[in-house]
Amino acid sequence: MNLDSSGTLDRRKVVPELLQDRGDLLVVTGLGSPAYDAMAAGDHDANYYLWGGMGSAITIGLGLALAQPKRPVLVLTGDGEMLMGLGALATTGAKHPRNLSVAILDNERYGETGMQLTHTAHGVGLAEVAKACKFDHTEVITEMDEIAPFRQQLQSTDAGLRFAQIKIKAENVEKVLPSRDGVHIKNRFRAHLGFQPL
Amino acid sequence: MLDDKQPDALPDPLDVWSDEVFDVLLAADIKHVVYVPDSGHARLIERAIAEPSIKATVLTTEEEGIGVLLGAWLGGERGVLLMQSSGAGNCTNTLSLVQSCRFPFLTLVTMRGEWAEFNGWQKPMASVTEQAFELMDVLVYRAEQTDEAAELVSAVADTVFNGDLAAAVLFSQRMIGRKEWAK
Repeated sequence: MNLDSSGTLDRRKVVPELLQDRGDLLVVTGLGSPAYDAMAAGDHDANYYLWGGMGSAITIGLGLALAQPKRPVLVLTGDGEMLMGLGALATTGAKHPRNLSVAILDNERYGETGMQLTHTAHGVGLAEVAKACKFDHTEVITEMDEIAPFRQQLQSTDAGLRFAQIKIKAENVEKVLPSRDGVHIKNRFRAHLGFQPL
Repeated sequence: MLDDKQPDALPDPLDVWSDEVFDVLLAADIKHVVYVPDSGHARLIERAIAEPSIKATVLTTEEEGIGVLLGAWLGGERGVLLMQSSGAGNCTNTLSLVQSCRFPFLTLVTMRGEWAEFNGWQKPMASVTEQAFELMDVLVYRAEQTDEAAELVSAVADTVFNGDLAAAVLFSQRMIGRKEWAK
């Protein structure tokens, strides 16, 4: 299969670079490779990994950002997962929490299902959609040295909505699997914030 | 004098029971009202937007609300999703989050396509709204009369938030009233 894509960055270098010195950051990952990338970078009680509900990473991040305005929130997902919830960019832009960032690991492929081309391979611009949806800061990242400046923005709880479309290579990398027990991950995440199970 | 009262000075019946339901939501410590608009929810939405303790979020499609409410719950807050019956089908796969993550999920659903309906295109989804929720293990309760709405929502909210369960309360189209198409 032809795995040419316009991105050149290594996802397993990008994500550790994004999550280092994460401080108070709360992270929601889309299902599939972004969840494995976050796990490979180091499991954390403040990570919420999805294994289903495709398209929901950003809406979960939105609800979390609204409920926890003093904590910075990062949604880490892929281009295919974001495309399934594209309308949620409008919902997020309209509600406009100031403590939320979205990072798209864009390999222009549906990686879990056999690397079929996504819409970004056909020139659809996710960062442009985010900008039109009132995201305050949008960018397309193509070089590793652009990751650190974006990482610094992640820590803010009042900088507004941030969106980075990070152009990564289309490649199959080792699957580093987080727990598939959604209830366990939920309870662990809530305990991190001081909430007890029912 | 009663005779001097204008008919339009009387409260809209929809506003009366909607206000009762809204008071129940406040008492249940609801902090998020996420919604796809419906005329039957108009008063609840208006009250939610005006209430400082509540974050009201307009959605582009109903399933977004499931994610927002899960995120809010991860962050320690309760919410409710408002939709009309046509939205139930949109939610099916995303409701897998409710089963897989087990979090309290409450939705209030105004029915279309069942009573004095002008638009037959509402009927197909309306006729399977209950089944659509039940397919995904969401408990379904139905209010037929306006005077039972608040008590039912209160009871279901207790069930949901005390039991970590998922439930939908359907409001019959008769409670909403006949929609005027000729104006």
